[in-house]
Amino acid sequence: LVCSLTFIYLFSVFFLLQCAGEENCVDTRTVYIGHKEPPPGAEAFIQQRFPDNRIVSSKYTFWNFIPKNMFEQFRRVANFYFLIIFLVQLIIDTPTSPVTSGLPLFFVIIVTAIKQGYEDWLRHKADKAVNQCLVQVVQHGKVSRKHSRKLTVGDVVYVKEDESFPCDLILLSSSRDDGTCYVTTASLDGESSHKTYHAVQETKAYKTEEEVNCIHATIDCEQPQPDLYKFRGNINIYMGNEPVSRSLASQNLLLRGATLKNTEYIYGVAIYTGMETKMALNYQSKSQKRSAVEKSMNAYLVVYLCILISKAVINTALKYVWQADPNRDEPWYNGKTESERQRHLIRAFTDFLAFMVLFNYIIPVSMYVTVEMQKFLGSYFIMWDDEMFDEELGERAVVNTSDLNEELGQVEYVFTDKTGTLTENNMEFIECCVDGNVYVPDIICNGQVMPGAAGIDMIDTSPGPEAREREELFFRALCLCHTVQVKEEETVDGIKHGIHQGKSSSFYISSSPDEVALVEGMKRLGFTYLRLKDGQMEILNREDEIERFELLEVLTFDSVRRRMSVIVRSSTGELYLFCKGADSSIFPRVVSGKMEQIKARVERNAVEGLRTLCVAYRRLSPEQYEQVCHLLTRAKLEFQDQDKLVAEAYDLIERDLILLGATAVEDRLQEKAADTIESLHKAGMKVWVLTGDKMETAAATCYASKLFRRSTQILELTTKRTEEQSLHDVLFELSRTVLRHYGSMSRDASSGLSSEYIDYGLIIDGATLSAVMRPSQEDSNSGNYKEIFLEICRNCSAVLCCRMAPLQKAQIVKMIKSSKEHPITLAIGDGANDVSMILEAHVGIGIMGKEGRQAVRNSDYAIPKFKHLKKMLLVHGHYYYIRISELVQYFFYKNVCFIFPQFLYQFFCGFSQQPLYDTAYLTLYNISFTSLPILLYSLMEQHINMDILKKEPTLYRDIAKNSLLTWPIFIYWTVLGVYDAIVMFFGAYFLFDNTTFTSNGQMFGNWTFGTLVFTVLVFTVTFKLALDTHYWTWINHFVIWGSLVFFVVFSLLWGGIIWPFLNYQRMYYVFMQMLSSGPAWLSIILLITASLLPDVVKKVFWRALWPTTTERIQVRTTHTQTSPTVSHIYSLEVPVVQVTPV
Amino acid sequence: MMASSYNAKEEDGHHSGSSTHGGTGAPKNKKPDNTAFKQQRLPAWQPILTAGTVLPAFFVIGLIFIPIGIGLYVTSNNIKEYEVDYTGVEPNSPCYDCANSFTWNSTTPCVCTVNFTLTQPFESNVYMYYGLSNFYQNHRRYVKSRDDSQLNGVQSSLTNPSKECKPYLTNPETKLPIAPCGAIANSLFNDTLELYYSQPDGNTSKVTLVKRGIAWYTDKNVKFRNPGNDKDNLTERFKGTAKPVNWLKPVYELDPSDPENNGFINEDFIVWMRTAALPTFRKLYRIIQKKPDSTPTLASGKYVLKITYNYPVRSFDGRKRMILSTISWMGGKNPFLGIAYITVGSICFFLGVVLLIIHQKYDTRSNSADIPN
Repeated sequence: LVCSLTFIYLFSVFFLLQCAGEENCVDTRTVYIGHKEPPPGAEAFIQQRFPDNRIVSSKYTFWNFIPKNMFEQFRRVANFYFLIIFLVQLIIDTPTSPVTSGLPLFFVIIVTAIKQGYEDWLRHKADKAVNQCLVQVVQHGKVSRKHSRKLTVGDVVYVKEDESFPCDLILLSSSRDDGTCYVTTASLDGESSHKTYHAVQETKAYKTEEEVNCIHATIDCEQPQPDLYKFRGNINIYMGNEPVSRSLASQNLLLRGATLKNTEYIYGVAIYTGMETKMALNYQSKSQKRSAVEKSMNAYLVVYLCILISKAVINTALKYVWQADPNRDEPWYNGKTESERQRHLIRAFTDFLAFMVLFNYIIPVSMYVTVEMQKFLGSYFIMWDDEMFDEELGERAVVNTSDLNEELGQVEYVFTDKTGTLTENNMEFIECCVDGNVYVPDIICNGQVMPGAAGIDMIDTSPGPEAREREELFFRALCLCHTVQVKEEETVDGIKHGIHQGKSSSFYISSSPDEVALVEGMKRLGFTYLRLKDGQMEILNREDEIERFELLEVLTFDSVRRRMSVIVRSSTGELYLFCKGADSSIFPRVVSGKMEQIKARVERNAVEGLRTLCVAYRRLSPEQYEQVCHLLTRAKLEFQDQDKLVAEAYDLIERDLILLGATAVEDRLQEKAADTIESLHKAGMKVWVLTGDKMETAAATCYASKLFRRSTQILELTTKRTEEQSLHDVLFELSRTVLRHYGSMSRDASSGLSSEYIDYGLIIDGATLSAVMRPSQEDSNSGNYKEIFLEICRNCSAVLCCRMAPLQKAQIVKMIKSSKEHPITLAIGDGANDVSMILEAHVGIGIMGKEGRQAVRNSDYAIPKFKHLKKMLLVHGHYYYIRISELVQYFFYKNVCFIFPQFLYQFFCGFSQQPLYDTAYLTLYNISFTSLPILLYSLMEQHINMDILKKEPTLYRDIAKNSLLTWPIFIYWTVLGVYDAIVMFFGAYFLFDNTTFTSNGQMFGNWTFGTLVFTVLVFTVTFKLALDTHYWTWINHFVIWGSLVFFVVFSLLWGGIIWPFLNYQRMYYVFMQMLSSGPAWLSIILLITASLLPDVVKKVFWRALWPTTTERIQVRTTHTQTSPTVSHIYSLEVPVVQVTPV
Repeated sequence: MMASSYNAKEEDGHHSGSSTHGGTGAPKNKKPDNTAFKQQRLPAWQPILTAGTVLPAFFVIGLIFIPIGIGLYVTSNNIKEYEVDYTGVEPNSPCYDCANSFTWNSTTPCVCTVNFTLTQPFESNVYMYYGLSNFYQNHRRYVKSRDDSQLNGVQSSLTNPSKECKPYLTNPETKLPIAPCGAIANSLFNDTLELYYSQPDGNTSKVTLVKRGIAWYTDKNVKFRNPGNDKDNLTERFKGTAKPVNWLKPVYELDPSDPENNGFINEDFIVWMRTAALPTFRKLYRIIQKKPDSTPTLASGKYVLKITYNYPVRSFDGRKRMILSTISWMGGKNPFLGIAYITVGSICFFLGVVLLIIHQKYDTRSNSADIPN
C-alpha cells in the first residue's frame, strides 16, 4: 500500500512538472537557419530551447520499469484486490496460507510484466534504430553525417530521393529548378499520391551545400500543433540591407515520416524536432476500447464483492454474538494464547479480514487469466480462417486487439464507408458526354485494356465544326485539369496504376483514382497526357502531335468546393481556366452550354451508380489573368486567414464558366457486398453508409448493394429539401411519417399481421447533418432536433449519409454511440478518412484496400474484403460471444459452488474461519481441477454449425443486446450456484450427522467431510459444463474427463504419502478411506444428480416451451443430421426459416 | 501511450511492434493452413438436451434411484441403536453428583452407573460410541493446534513442537515441551465406560469391550508413531517431555497393558485426534465382538453402564452420550440417504412423466410449425 501511494505521489509530481513546462510556452518560435544569428539591426528574438530530435515511444526505462510497471498493473482493480488479499494473508493470521492467493497472483503479474517488458524492449530497439540512423546535415558548407537524434532546430538537412524526412523541415531548395519536390505521405495520412511541395522563391536557387550555407535567414512560425495540413510561418531572408519576408504555408513544410519521391535531393531546415514533429504530435493514443462483456463482468464483480463483504460482515457479527458467552469463546479444551486474548477492537477487524480471505476465492484470479487467454488464443481462429483469406491480395484477416472478439457478436449499427469498402475503388471510365453527345470507349479497366479495344463508339455522330472544337476542348480540359503525375518506373511505393501498353511503362499516379480513370479514358479517346515538364503540360493529340500548355495555376481540389481548376496558357498564347467538379458545384457557376442535356445525362448516370463529374471552362483575357494572379498571391501571402481568403479567391475565379460536358466513371461493387449487407440486415443490424460521394451516386450504390430495396420507402433529409421547408418542419414531418407507421406496425404485430413490414431508408447529407447536430441557439425547440433525428434513424433500417467530411463520420458514430440505448457500433472503412470513425466506434474494422494502410493500422480488426465481414460477425462474433458469456457466468457459478459451502460451514464451526477444504484443494480448484474444461469450452464451443450461422443471419438476433449476460441470467446462475452449494453441503451434513457410514464402525473427521463436499463439487461443476457443451470434439472429451481423472489421481496421491515438506498430514488417506465406504459413493452420485437436476429440467422445459430460434434450429439439425458429414449438405437443402417474433 | 508506429519506415503497414500478434513476421505465404482444427471443423459429437433425449434418462434415474432408496431405508431401519445420555444435568440423573463435584485436580475418580434396558437383542458386532454435543472440535484454533510430525515420531518435533500448539506447547511450570502438544491432545476424552449385563438370574457379567480396531489402519500404522527406538522403554523415549496439562497420566501410560496400544499409537488417542466435522459428534469407543455361537451379541435385557467420570462438559453446555449400535454395509443408522434417494428418484420419475406430456404436446408441434414446406 505504501509503495503504491509513493508511486502515485511521484507520478503526480512528474506530471505537474511537465504541465508547468508547457505553460511557459510562447505562441511562436524563431528558427535561425544554420544557427546564424540575424544581423544586429533585426528585431531581437527570444531564443527558445528546443528538444532534440529524439523519438521516444517506449514507456519505460531500465530504471523505472519495475516500479512503473507494477504501478500500472496494480492500478487494475482486480489486481489491486488480489494484492490486498495477499498482503492481508501475510500480515494477519488467516485460515489459508498466503501461497494460495500469492502464487497465482504473482504468476499473472510476472507474466504480464515480462510481456510488457519485451514489448517495450522492442520499442526501445525501434526507437534506437530511428534515433541512431544517420542523416546528412550541412555544417560549415559541407555535408556531414549526424545521428538523427542529434538534429536540432535550425539545422539544414540534406535528404535524397526515397529517404524519409528525419524531422519537420521547411523546404529551402530542391534539385528541380522550380524549387518543387514530390513527397508521399502514405505513412502519415494514408494518401499514396505524390504531393508537390514548394520552396520559397528566394531560396530555391541555393542548390549546393556551399550555397545553402550562405543562406542567412530566420523563420518565424507557430509552435507545433498536430494538424497535418495547417502551418503558418514567415521567413525573413537577409540578402542585402532590407530583409525579405515571405509567408510560409503547409506547402513549404515537409513532415517527418513523409518520403521524398521523384526528386533527386532537397535541402531543408529543421523547425520541429523529436517529439514536437507533427507526426509525433499526431500519434493518437488509441483509447482503450472495452467490450460490453467486460463491462458486465465488472458489474458482476462488484456484485460479488458486495456478496463477499456482506458474507464477511455477517460472519464477523455472528461470531461476536456467538462468542459473547465466554465458555463458547474460550472453552477449557480450546484455550487462547495471550496475544489472542488482547486487542479486542483490532481483533474484530482482523476477524473480518480473515473471513474475507477465507471467501476471497469467490472472485478468482484465474478468471482474469482465463478470459485473457481465451481472448488471445481465440483470436487466432480469426487469423487462421481460410474463408477470410483473399487470394487476390494474398492477405488474411488481422487481429490488432483481441479484447473485442465478443463485441463482434453484439453489433447493432454498422457504419460503412462506400468507396473502397462497399465498392472496389477500381475506377473504370464509362462514358463522357460532350454537349449531349455520348462517347463510350471500349472497356478500360484501371491500367488494363481489354484486347481489341480501339475506336470510339459515338452514339450521336453529327459534330459540326464548332461542336468538334468543343469536343476537343473537352478532351484537352480533361487532359489538363488534374493532378495526375506520370511515373516512368515499374515500381512505385504505394499503389500502382500501370499502363502496360507496349513499350510504354509509365504509370499515372494520383490521390484520386477517378482522375487516373479519366486521364486513361482520354487516352482511349485519343488524347494522351504525357507529362508535366518545366511547367509545361504535354499532350499527345489524335494526330500524334504534341501540344504544350503552360500550367499557370492549380486551384486544388477540396471537399468543400468539390471542384478543382487549372489555368493554362496554350502554345498560341490563349489563356484557359478549366474546371472540373461535382455537378452541384459546377452548375451554379455555369453561364452557358447545353446544360439541360448534360444535366439529364448526369442524373441518369448517377442513378445507375456512376460517379459523375462535370467539366467547364472559361477563356481568360490577359487582364483577367492578371487579376486572378493578384487575387491568388494576395491570398497566399496572408498570414492569418489564409484558408478563408484562398477559398474566397477561388470562388471569385471559378465563375462565369461555360459547360463542356460530363464524365461518368464506374466504381464496381465489391464481390458479394449485396449479400453481405442483406445478411447484416437480417441479423438485425442497421447499416449506415457514410460517404463523401454525392447523393445520387451513393444512393445508386445503396440500391445495388441492396441496402435499399425496391420496397424501401426513402426519406430524404437533404439540403434540397431543407431549402424548400425549414429543417424544423422537415424533421417533424419525417418523424411523424415514421412514427405513424411504427404505431400501426405495432398494432399489426399485436393482431399477428406483422410480416407485412415496410422499411424506411433515410438519406441525409453532410450539410443538413451539421445543421441537425448544431447546438440550438434561438429556441429550446430546436434543441431536440438531434433527438428527433435519432428517433427517425432508429426506425430506419438503412441510412445513407452522403457528402460527409471525415470528422462528420466520427460525429455520427459518436452520436449513435451516446444515444440512450447505447448501441454497439461497428465502423468499417479502408481509407485515411475513415480512421476517425474506426477509432470512435466500439469496433473498428479496416479493409486492406487501395488507400494505404492507415485504416488497417488504426483498426481493431482488418479484413481483406467487405464480404468477410459476414463471417466475422455472424460466425466468429457469435461464437465468441456465446463462448465468453458462458465463460464469465460459469466462472462465477463454479466459485459460488466452491465458496458457499465454506460460508455455511462457518455456522457449524463457531465462526472460527475454519476452511472446509484442504489448502491444496483451495489452491488447485481454480488452477487445475476446473480450469481447462472451461478454457477449452470457450475456445471450441459451437452451439450451432458455422454453415448454419452463415445461412441464418437471424440467429444473430438471439444474442443481441448482451442477452446472455443480463441480470436475470446472472441471477439464475448465481442461484443455481447457491442451490448446488446447499445441496452439497447439507447432503454431506446429513450424511455425517451423528452417525457413521463405514462398514467397520470407524468415524470420519472434518477433512473427510470437506473432501466429500469437494469431490461432489468438482464433479458437479464439470458435469454442468459438459451439459452445456454442444460440440464435443476429442479435445473436449480429453479435457473434461481428463481433469476429473486428474482430480482423482491427484487426491489419491496427495493423501497417499506422508509429505515430508508439509507440517501437517491432515489429508493422509482421507480420500481413500472415503472411497472405501459405500454410502460415500452413493451420496456422491445422489448429490451430483440432485445438483444437476434443476439445470437440466430448466433447459429442457425452456427448450420445449419457449424455444429460441437458436434452439429450434439446433433441434432441427439433429433431426436432419444423421452423420457429421451431412451438415454440409444440410446447409444447402434446408429452406430459409421464417422467424416469427414472439 | 505511444506505439511503435512512429517508425517512419513502416510505410507498407507491417507492424513491428506490440499491437499485433500472429500477423507479425508471418511468412510471405499468408494463406492459413486448411486443417480441421484451425478452421474449427473438427469432427464433433453434438448432443442436445431435448425433452425427447432427457426423458428416458429421467425414467431410468427414477427407476434406479427408488429401489436403491428403499433398500437403503430398510437397511437403516433394521439397524439397532441405543443411546444413553450420562451428562448428569438433571438432578435425578445418576451422574449428577459427579458432574457437579468435578474439579480439575481431584485425584479420586468419580464413578457413576447408569441402568438401561435393551428391548431387542443386538446381533452381530456391536459398536460402542461415545458422543459429545456442543463440542467444537472443528474450531479453527482447535483444529490446527497439533503437530503431525511430533505424532509421527519425529524426534526433533518431540522436543521442539510446532508453534501451532500454543498455548499447549510447553508446560507452564517446568517449561518442558508437551507431548503430545496442542489443544486436541490436551482435551483427550478420558471417561472410562464399562458395560455390565444384568442377567435375568440377578448376576451381572461384564461385557467384553475390544479396544483395538477402532482407529483407521493407516493412522495406527503410518501416521502415528512413537518416537525413538522401538527397543527402548516407552517412558525413556518420551523423556524430556511433559504430559498435557489436563491429562491425569502421561502419554506412555495410556495403556500400559498393551505396548502396541500405548503412547502415540494408542487407538483412543488416535480416534480423538481425528477432529470431528460437526459440533455434535460421536467417536468409536469399543467394539463388542459377536459371539461364536448363534446367541445375540447383546441379548435383550437390563444393562449397567459404569462410568468413570473425568471429562467436564457442563461448562460449555455440552452433553455426553454412550451409544450402542449395530452396523450394516452402509454404516450406522441414518435414514437420510434412503429418503433422499427415494425423493430424488420420485422427482425424476415425476418430471419424466411431465416431460412426456410436454414432449407430446409441444415439441412435435413447434417443430412442424416453423418448417413451412
